[in-house]
Amino acid sequence: MEHVELFFKSIFIDNMVFATFLGMCSYLAVSKKVSTAIGLGAAVIFVLGITVPLNWLLDQYILQEGALAWLGPEFASYDLSFLSFIMFIATIATMVQLVEIVVEKFSPALYNSLGIFLPLIAVNCAILGGSLFMQSREIASLGLAFNYGVSSGIGWFLAILAIAAIREKIRYSSVPAPLRGLGITFIITGLMAIGFMSFGGMLTGGDDAVAKEDSAVEVKIEEEKENKTIADNTAQLIQ
Amino acid sequence: MGLLSKKDSKLILDPLADNNPITIQVLGICSALAITAELKASIVMAISVLFVMGVGNVVISMLRNVIPSKIRIIVQLVVVATLVIIVDLVLKAYAYELSKTLSVFVGLIITNCIIMGRFEAFALGNGLWRSFLDGIGNALGYGVILIIVGFFRELLGSGTLLGIPVLGDPIEKTGVYALGYENNGFMLLSPMALIVVGLIIWVQRSRNKALIED
Repeated sequence: MEHVELFFKSIFIDNMVFATFLGMCSYLAVSKKVSTAIGLGAAVIFVLGITVPLNWLLDQYILQEGALAWLGPEFASYDLSFLSFIMFIATIATMVQLVEIVVEKFSPALYNSLGIFLPLIAVNCAILGGSLFMQSREIASLGLAFNYGVSSGIGWFLAILAIAAIREKIRYSSVPAPLRGLGITFIITGLMAIGFMSFGGMLTGGDDAVAKEDSAVEVKIEEEKENKTIADNTAQLIQ
Repeated sequence: MGLLSKKDSKLILDPLADNNPITIQVLGICSALAITAELKASIVMAISVLFVMGVGNVVISMLRNVIPSKIRIIVQLVVVATLVIIVDLVLKAYAYELSKTLSVFVGLIITNCIIMGRFEAFALGNGLWRSFLDGIGNALGYGVILIIVGFFRELLGSGTLLGIPVLGDPIEKTGVYALGYENNGFMLLSPMALIVVGLIIWVQRSRNKALIED
């Protein structure tokens, strides 16, 4: 149950893009085409699934206060948590290098289409953010850490997939010239984030949550209307 | 600007508007948006990035002839991570409450693409002084957007600036609240940061047609 709860929570409620804005740079830069978005999304799931459990082990057995106790009682008073940024980023950079080599070997097409963005995964905030949130939310076990990594990766994947699909469609609509490209993408992401907020009531339940959900649903309906007008515009243009 | 040549002052002024790192280059959005619900946090974040970018660009520029190009990303990450650890410890020591608000987003300065982007694009190929100016210029451009977003979100969301009420008292109905004005709590939620940045881009591109994408 714990696992299921964490899984859905990280995908929908604490979605990396919509709730915490992690990995926005590559989210905006690589979301012009669905096919490249899928490639990058898959890479993020993979890298998060590896680095979060690894960093959990680092945190648990080296960095936390008293974590070095397994070396002997005289080490029990050390607190190395100030080193966590540098340790986490080193793990991540190494793992990304590894993924890059593997992808280049097994899927040259994907390697070519992702171009310069694969090395940029190392500086993708989503990856480091995953590890830092894992640390600050005090994830309890290695299994949960793996679960957290994979499920937040899936959340990120869903977000970039959705925005890439919308951007492919919106190319046919007449957006005001200054808003074209970046501007409209920001605003759509904002609207999608409002939509995702309606998942907030999913795990709480109870009377208190119902009132909150109602207001969120209204917003969602508005957003859907907007999406529908966009879709209608597209349909008209195509005809 | 008697101190700076024309070329040098361009390095500082360009990123403030026509080559802004956030609205034009689309870098560094990651850690920027989540903390802009309060003006104070935005300012502290802007100063932290200013420090990390200024010093980081100088360090990388000094090392540029020594770093083997194959491992340059790791070297850059180590430099940024060290600087960010300094910022984090200073914040924890002198502004503990604020460092709680910023939580993991201080750490995420490391992966702020703007910093790695400037290291790659500028500091690796230019001298000390010019790299320093470039770092400062880009950090200022980043800070300006952060402060604009923080200003509007705090003003419209909670009616305060830097924690000081400027629109009157919402409970006692003084100031503009007497006219029936209500705080828009929605501005404090994270989606509005995106929408505010989208609107800034809109305004900027309407003023300068050359920036419009096709």
